[in-house]
Amino acid sequence: MKHKTFFWFVFPSVLLMILFIALPLVSVVTQSLYSKHEQVIVEVENCGPFGCTKATTVDQEATAALEEAEPLGKWAGLDIYKDRNHLAISEVGQAWINSDGLPDFGRTLMNLPFYKALGFTITYTAIVTPLTIILGFFIAIAVNSVARAMRGPTIFFSLLPMIVTPLVGSLIIFWMVDARGILGTGLQWLASDPSLSVKASTPLMWAMLMFYGVWHSAPFAFIVYYAGLQTVNQDTLEAAMIDGASRWERIRYVVVPHLAPLTTFIALIQLMDNFRVFEPIISFSAAAHATSLSYAIFNDLGGETRLLSSAAATSVLTIIFVAMLLSPVLVRTWRDFGTQK
Amino acid sequence: MTLMKKLTLSTAFAALGTTAALADGHGGCTDGRLNIVGNEFPAIQTVAAAAVACAGDDAEANLTADHQKINVAGMTGNPAEYTTAIVANSSIVALINEDVIQPLDDLVAAHGQDIPKQQLITVDGKIMAVAFMANAQHLVYRADVLEQIGAEVPTSYEEVLAAAEKIRAEGIMENPVGGAYAAGWNLAQEFTNMYIGTGGQFFNPGTAEVSINNAQGVEALEMMKALSEYMNPDYLTHDSNATSAEWEAGNVALMNMWGSRSGVLMDDEGSEPQVYENTKVGGPLTVGDSGTPATTLWWDGWTVAKNVSDEDAAATFTAMKAGVSPDILNDETMSQAVWLMEGFQPAPVNEGVLAAVAAGSTPYPMVPYQGLLHTALGDNIADFLQGSESAEQTLADIEAAYTAAAKENGFLQ
Repeated sequence: MKHKTFFWFVFPSVLLMILFIALPLVSVVTQSLYSKHEQVIVEVENCGPFGCTKATTVDQEATAALEEAEPLGKWAGLDIYKDRNHLAISEVGQAWINSDGLPDFGRTLMNLPFYKALGFTITYTAIVTPLTIILGFFIAIAVNSVARAMRGPTIFFSLLPMIVTPLVGSLIIFWMVDARGILGTGLQWLASDPSLSVKASTPLMWAMLMFYGVWHSAPFAFIVYYAGLQTVNQDTLEAAMIDGASRWERIRYVVVPHLAPLTTFIALIQLMDNFRVFEPIISFSAAAHATSLSYAIFNDLGGETRLLSSAAATSVLTIIFVAMLLSPVLVRTWRDFGTQK
Repeated sequence: MTLMKKLTLSTAFAALGTTAALADGHGGCTDGRLNIVGNEFPAIQTVAAAAVACAGDDAEANLTADHQKINVAGMTGNPAEYTTAIVANSSIVALINEDVIQPLDDLVAAHGQDIPKQQLITVDGKIMAVAFMANAQHLVYRADVLEQIGAEVPTSYEEVLAAAEKIRAEGIMENPVGGAYAAGWNLAQEFTNMYIGTGGQFFNPGTAEVSINNAQGVEALEMMKALSEYMNPDYLTHDSNATSAEWEAGNVALMNMWGSRSGVLMDDEGSEPQVYENTKVGGPLTVGDSGTPATTLWWDGWTVAKNVSDEDAAATFTAMKAGVSPDILNDETMSQAVWLMEGFQPAPVNEGVLAAVAAGSTPYPMVPYQGLLHTALGDNIADFLQGSESAEQTLADIEAAYTAAAKENGFLQ
């Protein structure tokens, strides 16, 4: 392809990528390096229906002058990344020196908001991603062996969890596992413990969030694998059958290797998705038991006083972690690409 | 169900408004844009419907529980998307901090001479909002259950605990105490109430330095934990709505609840006659012997955005003034809130808020950094209630989280 043709061919996508990916990234990184100006606080008297009280307020004129001088805010460098609500460099250092062995250090670490969120996010990603892939694969195998007439409806029902909006899907499960809901009562009966409550226990809440995650994203893995199954070479399968391979051996030695590139693709997408776990935490009101990086960003922006720089710093850290997480898969894809050429 | 109610309500008000507008030619509203953002509960719906009816067909209202997540962003642009925000004494602070609402002195002089002075909210002598209702949390109790155990109506949290123990011991209810203890804003609010009740101060006077890691802080946390022992085990997921649902289901006999939400508990919708007929409101509760009620007083009021034209500001002002005029009070709206307008006749459901005012309760602090502390409280208290750390550790965590956030926001150096 000529250089000029190539340029005009990729120009629209490059433009869109700059507009919607590169510029927001630049904006977020910039935001995270600045903090708000020093607020000029003045003591005032506030009056209202309950009488007058002494209080403080922000001196708008003085603050406006500061903002005029430096519209981006005060240069903070990496201060926000290092403070207690993010990487907590000095707190972690202190804990490392003062803690009484590794478990104690771990407890102190998990008491810091960023590491608590990171802990759940990583656990969630590490457990939900493989389970999604395995479950999706087995659903695909199962659906593929259903009689042709029944396949349409079966595929439709298998896709339902993905079609249902995440917030709605998780709310439905949330109500079902309520101590008086059908699943909650069922669990109490199974465990013969009438006071068992999923919403009151941190391990059960984590389990429920992960169960939801697998339930919600397994259909994605399923539909990708199902598409892949249609391209399995029938001759090879027949040859394997003639050689006396059992059904399991045919799956293990013919189907699985054939679907390997798809597995890489699903893993890539799911790692990114699961690292951004957010909706179930809101729907399950799980913030007391589990927080994720995305939840931390939401929480910074949702308070009465918005913490823009803090949210930006957490976003940048999330991007860095996603990049780290994806690097092995990306390297593998790159290598596959190289060998194919 | 609620949607249906909302629709019928708004249609009813729209109809009412149209007739009123026809009768007195737009009810004194000037021409211009009106777009309201505010919280969502019956009293605010009433005000917004009356204001929209006065301003005319183009006026809009966006009432949502998430109002404080969108009001600053929606008023920052020029011209502002929302010409007015209905706020409370906590949420007005964010709007003042971000400088997105305008002082109303000129507008009051031009269009609002007749607004009673007690409704005007002034900050440093400048009118920033017009309040229309008072709100507070107070005791709600089941008269039949208390009668069954032969207990008086509790006036302190200690008496609540004693009554709860009796109710549980007699097997009437397993978890007789309710409360909006959902981690986040609600939980932080309950701590704020309790800490004020112990006589604690949130900040070193005149500064943004937090000081809650003290004996009062521990006392407040311990009381919250003691109460939580008598709550549904899922209490950390129960916000005001879920707590009200628990009440209407008849599972709870004693709780601290918002005055603006008790009307729903006492009407004949959503619960058995035995529950709603016996639902009564008491005064604010106390904790320990400080003498200060463990509750906070709130007002709800409206503001006018800064980044709007003078014409739109005048239109917004006149429409909102009509929205909170004594004319909106009728049989249906009278008991929705403790209205601050003239002509308000208290109903039994309003007694709790009035008692809280009479008992000299403390208004929710209107300082610029209280919101940051509220967030820090909401994020950390659950750790203590779940027994994973000591009260002192939790209070230290809150102080540290607040301090980092306050530094980032320029309140501390």
